[in-house]
Amino acid sequence: MSAAAEVKTLKIDGTDVSARADQTILDAARENKISIPTLCHLDGLSDVGACRLCLVEVKGMRRLLPSCVTRVEEGMEVTTQSDRLQKYRRMTLELLFAERNHICSICVSNGACELQSLAQSQGLTHVEFPYRYPRLPVDASHERFVMDHNRCIMCTRCVRVCSEIEGAHTWDVMGRGIDSRVISDLGQPWGSSDSCTSCGKCVQVCPTGALFEKSKVGSKTGKNPDFLPYLNMMRDGNQ
Amino acid sequence: MSKAKLATVWLDGCSGCHMSLLDMDERLLELSAQFDLVYSPLVDFKTFPPDVDVALVEGSVSSNEDEEKIRMIRRRSKTLVSLGDCAVTGNVPSMRNAFGVDAVMDRVYRENAAAQQQTPTQSLPQLLPRVRPVHEIVPVDVFVPGCPPSADTIYNVLRELLAGRVPDVASLTRFGA
Repeated sequence: MSAAAEVKTLKIDGTDVSARADQTILDAARENKISIPTLCHLDGLSDVGACRLCLVEVKGMRRLLPSCVTRVEEGMEVTTQSDRLQKYRRMTLELLFAERNHICSICVSNGACELQSLAQSQGLTHVEFPYRYPRLPVDASHERFVMDHNRCIMCTRCVRVCSEIEGAHTWDVMGRGIDSRVISDLGQPWGSSDSCTSCGKCVQVCPTGALFEKSKVGSKTGKNPDFLPYLNMMRDGNQ
Repeated sequence: MSKAKLATVWLDGCSGCHMSLLDMDERLLELSAQFDLVYSPLVDFKTFPPDVDVALVEGSVSSNEDEEKIRMIRRRSKTLVSLGDCAVTGNVPSMRNAFGVDAVMDRVYRENAAAQQQTPTQSLPQLLPRVRPVHEIVPVDVFVPGCPPSADTIYNVLRELLAGRVPDVASLTRFGA
């Protein structure tokens, strides 16, 4: 606890807050009820800074920093809401919508999707970027679950929960840039995976309709990722 | 002050947005004190007038006919509203974009046709290579997502527009609502 007990003092949106030296700006903000939008972050998983929605301004830095992977520092002055941040957050969401085929009206997660609700809370009513309409597969080979690549935003929550919590590491990422895909095992149909334990954690942490349970649609698809911090706590023996 | 001129247009959509418009029920009477419906699939006028104040456009732009129409509508309308997900995002009609026009025509007119398997070449508008949201063709002033946007949403949007204000759409509706 020696390093962890070190306390830093900083300002977030003009408010003085304190945080442990090993905490991120996002941790400190949320502990103080300052909300920062996130998509790839999930309490209980490691952070990768993939989605860029949690970007914040830090005084003295020209570039924006992802708050989920930026540690607090003494005297830091952080801004979480500004026109500039709003612009980039919307742009990030627009790019996510334009990249694959997110057709909310017919999605199993319509009404229970983090991408959809973030678009609304960030005031996004349309997408300025031209849609790409890629032709992507739907893998329904698993007995209980489906992977629909049309809805995937490459947040990699499924990859991380499978590796870090379940310990199976069935999921990983193949390809680069816009050609990236989440794959099971060595890029084979999910139903033929040797490592998948069918635990369903990936489905519960997926923010969109990319991973879903067969026979569940609409309001029934609400995901329940709240078990993660508890699992971690029990494992660490910190009960 | 004379009444505002309202038009509604049906491009490539299912008419669900127009159903939702009618779902305003008695509020239609309240609003109709402020506008004249000068063009709409719901009424019998054949031509789109040259001086429309507010045009509500349902549906995506999917054929050469849609494209000609929307350009004409833009020229003749002060405020153009993309109404519903098809107009705003392409929505369900845009699902053909990943396959291409030829594959779609073959599926509809040959593979699934019990008799007379042939692709029509006359009398029908030509499909565009890609279904597109309205704002990729002409500038749009107000975007109202939703599939369909609720009657409450449409009522609020119309009331604000007729009062000369800009509606806060994101607080009313979302993609897929």
